[in-house]
Amino acid sequence: MSTTTSGPWTPDGGGAGRRGARAALAAALVTALVAVTAACGVTRGDDSADMDMWIPNSPGGGYDQTGRAAVGVLDRGDITGGDLQVTNILGAGGSVAMSRLMGEEGNERLMMTLGLGVVGSTYSFGVDARPHDATPLAQLIEEQEGVLVPADSPFRTIDDLVAAWEKDPGSVVVGGGSSPGGPDHLFPMQLAKATGVDPKQVRYVSYDGGGPLTSALLGNKIQVGFSGLAEFEGQIAAGELRVLAVSGEERVAEDVLADVPTLTESGIDLVFTNWRGVIAPPGISEERRAELIEQLTRMHDSPEWQHALTDNGWTDAFVTGDDFEQFLRDEDERVSTTLKELDLL
Amino acid sequence: MENLGLLADGLAAALTPVNLLYAAVGVLLGTFVGVLPGIGPAMAIALLLPVTFGLEPTQAFIMFAGLYYGGMYGGSTTSILLNTPGESASVMTALEGNLMARAGRGAQALATAAIGSFVAGTIGTLLVAMFAPALADVAVEIGAPSYFALMVLALVMTTTVLGASPLRGFLSLFVGLTIGLVGLDLNTGQPRLTFGVTQLTDRLDIVVVAVGIFALGEALWVAAHLRRKPARVVPVGQPWLGRDDWRRSWKPWLRGTAYGFPFGALPAGGAELPTFLSYVTERRLARRTRRGAKGREAALRTDEFGKGAIEGVAGPEAANNASAAGMLVPMLALGLPVTATASVMLSALQGYGIQPGPQLMTDHADMVWTLLASLLVGNLLLLVLNLPLAPLWAKLLRIPRPQLYAGIIFFACLGAYATNLDPFDIGLLLLFGLLGLAMRRFGLPVLPLILGVILGPLMETKLREALTISGGDPAILWSEPLAIAIYAVLLLVLASRPLLSRWRARAEAQTVDGTDDDTDGRADGDGERAAAGTEGDQR
Repeated sequence: MSTTTSGPWTPDGGGAGRRGARAALAAALVTALVAVTAACGVTRGDDSADMDMWIPNSPGGGYDQTGRAAVGVLDRGDITGGDLQVTNILGAGGSVAMSRLMGEEGNERLMMTLGLGVVGSTYSFGVDARPHDATPLAQLIEEQEGVLVPADSPFRTIDDLVAAWEKDPGSVVVGGGSSPGGPDHLFPMQLAKATGVDPKQVRYVSYDGGGPLTSALLGNKIQVGFSGLAEFEGQIAAGELRVLAVSGEERVAEDVLADVPTLTESGIDLVFTNWRGVIAPPGISEERRAELIEQLTRMHDSPEWQHALTDNGWTDAFVTGDDFEQFLRDEDERVSTTLKELDLL
Repeated sequence: MENLGLLADGLAAALTPVNLLYAAVGVLLGTFVGVLPGIGPAMAIALLLPVTFGLEPTQAFIMFAGLYYGGMYGGSTTSILLNTPGESASVMTALEGNLMARAGRGAQALATAAIGSFVAGTIGTLLVAMFAPALADVAVEIGAPSYFALMVLALVMTTTVLGASPLRGFLSLFVGLTIGLVGLDLNTGQPRLTFGVTQLTDRLDIVVVAVGIFALGEALWVAAHLRRKPARVVPVGQPWLGRDDWRRSWKPWLRGTAYGFPFGALPAGGAELPTFLSYVTERRLARRTRRGAKGREAALRTDEFGKGAIEGVAGPEAANNASAAGMLVPMLALGLPVTATASVMLSALQGYGIQPGPQLMTDHADMVWTLLASLLVGNLLLLVLNLPLAPLWAKLLRIPRPQLYAGIIFFACLGAYATNLDPFDIGLLLLFGLLGLAMRRFGLPVLPLILGVILGPLMETKLREALTISGGDPAILWSEPLAIAIYAVLLLVLASRPLLSRWRARAEAQTVDGTDDDTDGRADGDGERAAAGTEGDQR
C-alpha cells in the first residue's frame, strides 16, 4: 500500500484530528520508552565497566533479594567502577537463565545469582547446563531450612514426625514452597532417607512459595512444612507455627529460633542448607575472574553487606573461586543422587 | 468503629503535602508501568526499591501503594485501546473494551474502567481496614477442594460464552486446555508438550497467549483484508459517560467488587477467576434483561455483548481492582506474601527492620493505617488523573490503520520481549498471532480458548493438590463446607433448569404483569442456554 493513501480511513476533520492523534501516539510511545528505560534501570553512558546481574527468578523471590542486595552494596561502594543493571530472567525454575548464561561464553560484563534451587531445576527441567561448568565466583550466604508444624500439631519433636513416618510414610502430608528438585522438596526427601524411610513414600505437596505454604499450614491442610525460615519468623514469634528442627550445622542465632535444636542434635545425621552465590559465564579470562572475585570480596567485607545479612536473616557463608567450584560439584552430585533415588531423573 | 478512628488518623498522616506528592508520583509511575505489557506492578516495585532506601518506611509505602493501584489500573488502558492486555487480570477487559473502543466508545470504556476501579478499590480498602484480621482467619481455612469447586463452577459458566456453534466453541476450549498443559508437571516434574524446548517448560504466559491471539491475530486479519474491504472509520463518540452508561455501569461495578474482593483475600485466589466470573455474570444478566424487558425498554436495551457492552468493562475492571485490595488482607493480617507484588512489598518491610507477621497490624499500627489511608488517597488521585485523560487516549484509535496496527504490533512485541528479554517470546507471540488469524479465518471463537488457558492449569493444580493430600481419595473434593455449598448450588440450578424454563414459558405466554423475577437472579451459575446464544462471537 502506498504511503500517500489518504482514502477512506482518514477520520473526519482531517488535518487537525490527525495531528492530534499523531501527537497522542508520539506521547504514548515516548512514555512507553521512558518507562522501559527507567524500568530497566538503564543509565547507559558508554562506560565500559558497566555490568549486568542476572537474577534467575521473579522479583521478590530469594535470588532476587540476595542479588539485589549484593548489587546495592556493589553500587553504593562503587566497587565495580561502573553501573550495574539487574535483569530478572524467569523460566523453568532458573534453568532458562542458566542455559542462557552458558551461551554467553566469554562475556566478561555479566554475573548471575544462583542457588541450590537452580541446580535442582537444571535436572528437573532436563537442561544440560551445570553451574560448575560456568565460572564460579563466590558463594555469598546460606540459609537453614526448618521443619514447621502448626501450633496445635501433635508433633512435639522431630522424633514424633520420624516415628509417624516409620509407622506409615503415607499418613503424613508434608509440603514445601518449591517444586520437585527445589530445596524445600530435596530437604524432606533427604531427611526421610537419613531416618531410614523410603523417600518415594513421602507424600509431598508443592506450593507456590512461602505464602501459600504458610496458609496451608495455618489452615491445617498439611501436617508438616519444609522451608527456609526467613519468611516465617513473624508466624513463629506469634506462636502460630512451631519449628521442630533446623537443618544447619549449628542452631540459628536469632532469638525466636535459638531454642530450636538442629537435626544432628536430635540424633539425625543430616546437615542441609540452602545457599546462594554468584557465577559468571564460562570462558572468561583468568584475570577477569580474579578481578570479579576481588570485587565480591570487597563487597563482602563492607559494613553495608554485613548490615544486609542481619536485616534479611541470612547466614554469612563466603567461599570463593576453586573452593566454590568444588562446592558446586558436590551439590550437583548430591541433588542428582536424591532425584535419582526418587525416580525423578 | 475503633478502626475508623485509626483510619482517620492514617488519613491525617497521609494527607501531608509531601506524602501526597509521593502518592502522586507512585500513581503516575504505576500507571505508566501498568500500560506496558510485560512489566507488572511487582517488577515496578522491585525496581523502585533502591530509590526508596532514603525515604522513611511510611513514605516508601505510600509510594508503593500508589504504584500498585496505578499498575492495576494502567493495564486496562492498553487492553481497551489496543487489545493488548498488560497482565492476566485485564484480559477480560480487552474483550468488550476493545469492541467499545472500535465502535467509538473508547472514552466511555476508559471512564467506566477508571470509575469502576475507584469504586472497587475504595470499597475494597475500607473492607480491609475494617475486617482484615477476621477475614484472614477464614481465608486460610479455604483449601484446595474449595478452589477446585470454584473452578468447576467457572468451567460450567464458560458454556455461556461458547458462541453460536457449540462444536466450534468446544474445539476452541480444548485447544486452550491443551495450551494450558504445556510445561512441567508440577507434581512429578515431567515435561509435557515441550518438545525439548527449555523455554516451554514453564507454563505459557497467559499474557503472551492473549496478546498474540487478540492483538496480533487481529492485526494480521486486518492486514489480510486491508485492500478488499473498505476501512471502517472509528466513529467519534461523545467524550463522557452518558446517563445510560452510568445506569448500566453501577451495578456491574458493585457486583465486580463482590467477586473480586473475596478472591483477592484468599491465599491462592488471584484476579483471573473473579474477572472472568464477573464478565460471564454480566453477560448472562444482559441477556436476561433483554429477554425480560418489555416494549420500549426492550428496544432500547438490546444485549450489546459481542459488540462492545459497557457492562463487560465495568464488571471485570472493578473485580480486578477489588481483588488487588483483597490481596492486602493476607499480607497485612498474616504477613503472607500471596502474590509477587506482596512479596516484594514484604521484603521491603524487612529491609526497614520490620518483621512481617500476624503482629504487623498491632506492632506497626500507625504504618499500616497510613498505608491503608494512602491507598484511598492514591485511588482518588488515580481517578482525578485518568478521567480527563480518557478522551485523549481514545483519540489514539483515529490514527490511520496501517500506522495504528504497526504501533500495536510494536507494542505487543515490546511487551513480550520485556518480560524476559528473550527473543523466543516474540516467536511465541507470532505463533499465537497466526493461530488467532487462523481462528478468525475459520470462525472459531477465541474467548473459550483463553478461558481454557486460564482455567486448565488452575484446575489441574488444585485437583492434584487435593488428591495428593488425600492420597488419591476423591472424597476430599467435598470435604470442605464451601465446596459442598458450591456443588449444592450447582446441582440445584442444573436440576431446576427444565422446571424454570417451563415456568418461564408460561410466564411469557401470559405477559400480564411486569414482575419478571429473573431480571435479578444473579445467584445462578448454570450453563443454561449454553450454546444457544445467537450473537456473533467471532472475536
